[in-house]
Amino acid sequence: MTTRFDNAFAKGPALVTFITGGDGDTAANLDALVAGGADVIELGMPFTDPMADGDAIQQANIRALGKGTRTKDIFDLATGFRQRHPDVPLVLMGYANTMIARGANWFAAECAKAGVDGVICVDIPPEEDAELGPALRGAGISLIRLATPTTDASRLPAVLEGSSGFLYYVSVAGITGTQTAAQTSIEDAVARLKAASDIPVAVGFGVRTPEQASAIAKVADGVVVGSAFVDLVKEHGDKAAGPLRELTQALAEAVHSAR
Amino acid sequence: MTDQTPVNRPASPLAADQVNSWRALPDASGHFGQFGGRYVAETLMPLILDLEKEYRKAQDDPAFWSEFDSLMKDFVGRPSPLYYAPRMTEHWREKAPAGKGPKIYFKREELNHTGAHKINNCIGQILLAMRMGKTKIIAETGAGQHGVATATVAARFGLPCTIFMGATDVERQKPNVFRMKLLGAEVVPVTSGAMTLKDAMNDALRHWVANVHDTFYIIGTAAGPHPYPELVRDFQSIIGKETREQMLEKEGRLPDRLVAAVGGGSNAIGLFHPFLDDPDVKMTGIEAGGHGVDTDKHAASLTGGKPGILHGNKTYLLQNEDGQITEAHSISAGLDYPGLGPEHSWLHESGRVDYVPITDGEALEAFQLCCALEGIIPALESAHALAALPQLTAGMDEEQLLVVNVSGRGDKDIFTVAEALDVEL
Ligand SMILES: Cc1ncc(COP(=O)(O)O)c(C=O)c1O
Repeated sequence: MTTRFDNAFAKGPALVTFITGGDGDTAANLDALVAGGADVIELGMPFTDPMADGDAIQQANIRALGKGTRTKDIFDLATGFRQRHPDVPLVLMGYANTMIARGANWFAAECAKAGVDGVICVDIPPEEDAELGPALRGAGISLIRLATPTTDASRLPAVLEGSSGFLYYVSVAGITGTQTAAQTSIEDAVARLKAASDIPVAVGFGVRTPEQASAIAKVADGVVVGSAFVDLVKEHGDKAAGPLRELTQALAEAVHSAR
Repeated sequence: MTDQTPVNRPASPLAADQVNSWRALPDASGHFGQFGGRYVAETLMPLILDLEKEYRKAQDDPAFWSEFDSLMKDFVGRPSPLYYAPRMTEHWREKAPAGKGPKIYFKREELNHTGAHKINNCIGQILLAMRMGKTKIIAETGAGQHGVATATVAARFGLPCTIFMGATDVERQKPNVFRMKLLGAEVVPVTSGAMTLKDAMNDALRHWVANVHDTFYIIGTAAGPHPYPELVRDFQSIIGKETREQMLEKEGRLPDRLVAAVGGGSNAIGLFHPFLDDPDVKMTGIEAGGHGVDTDKHAASLTGGKPGILHGNKTYLLQNEDGQITEAHSISAGLDYPGLGPEHSWLHESGRVDYVPITDGEALEAFQLCCALEGIIPALESAHALAALPQLTAGMDEEQLLVVNVSGRGDKDIFTVAEALDVEL
């Protein structure tokens, strides 16, 4: 069975975009990302304690929760997205506690019902897979794991085991939206990861501009951009769709024409 | 609570003598039953595994423990006394039914260098940091006690040190902020969230993720990802080991009940752990009940929370039905945290230890009573343990022995207490 992920990564390098659910007019913003040419959408589930995120996404979490965003709202956004965009892969990204609060099986079933394709959980490493992995896989949802500069060759098989959809390479040892990795270190890492895995490798953290995205798309299967979009939502509030679409177009062009 | 059989045994095969032990956990994967574990971002995972490897080596290295012991003796000032508190004993005996009211002993951790038990753990962890070749130290702090203890050991061993502290706490704990600075630490005010201990821990973790190559994170309580809960407990167990020896020497037998305040749970687990396999020794952990556990202003995660995942471990947390963490409240900054260490969650569920909430008001009263009756100004954290004495002593016979862990001294708290009592300084 081909999945939405297969199709998204089959066309050449893919643009993966992230925004935080409940921040700004999220439904309109998701549509703008698709209209601008994003190939995969990551929707952040807001959490009170986003330990792996830098200031931009922390603030987005606070804004979303401040508006009263609930888990139910995130699934409503996902359900609406799936109805409007039947073919675009949708990934929920967030932290373990909001995913297991009503039980992993409940969460996996809700994901399946809403048409979510994959889940990225920042604070469940392969060692704790039992917490969420079996429930997701059982419901046909991809568990997308993170590999980092500190993931050495001996750990990589454990990271790849049970993950699907794509592998998310976090290009800097750090938090979102801060440093940017050197291009050569990205190239080396992607080569290493691709040699070990048969799922696509997308690279993120610190990617903001079409130039960076293009350089990464020359070697990787996907480029993930997050904080740059979240910054636009902060700046434009409920009227961010236009600017989001413009930035997405520029990034998508750069990524899609990189090779 | 009379069934003393461990209910959550580790799944792995155990030696016969460990099967009936309460002291055999965590298991190989760092779990205490369903609690504990290693819920961290992938970037930290290799480092956490390294730390565990290094700790296993240190555990078997007599040189490590001889350095630890010698610093405990000459730098920290251990052993801390086990002190019979005569007037406190009399006071509660008078209020108790006839024949009731046990002998009350204080384990005097407040006499340690830097004024609390926190230093025990910091000495152990900085020795590990140096074994691992790490050259920078970071820590989180709430009240500033752990920050001061960390800054102290960093100064002692000449390592640069950065302390993350919520901006709210920086404001309400100015003397400790200045102490840390005098000791050469950089204090970073954290402005995310409610700007208290939980947020300080978030920012310390964020900093650590970006600096794993050269930085060691000295976590201040028996919580966080495995192996922290285990190693913090082991370093703090010096409290219980000494208490055991001292009580045997003074009374020729073991105590009947141990009492300690539980923030993250390090002073409590340090006192309890060496006694867990003595079925006649009962234990009570005191949670911060704030304005009352039926309000939304407390820090009693066992009484008012449910299991969840935060800061690298699975444990009881104050949270809403979506899994969003709710803000804790306690008059005591050291107890003002919406979770606690995973081993306490396990000891709670398995019934080996009782956990009881004490309100801000009760703690304040006990604080003053201890000053007046024993000439000891306890930390507000420790005052929570002292405040459980009325309920605990009423049911214990006169010949019985009760130990309260006076985990810290209250000099740091005089401003908070003055304000609560409407006294202008
Ligand atoms: C004196 C004292 N006691 C107790 C605590 C609570 O921590 P724990 O539960 O880890 O002992 C603190 C924390 O700052 C403290 O300073």
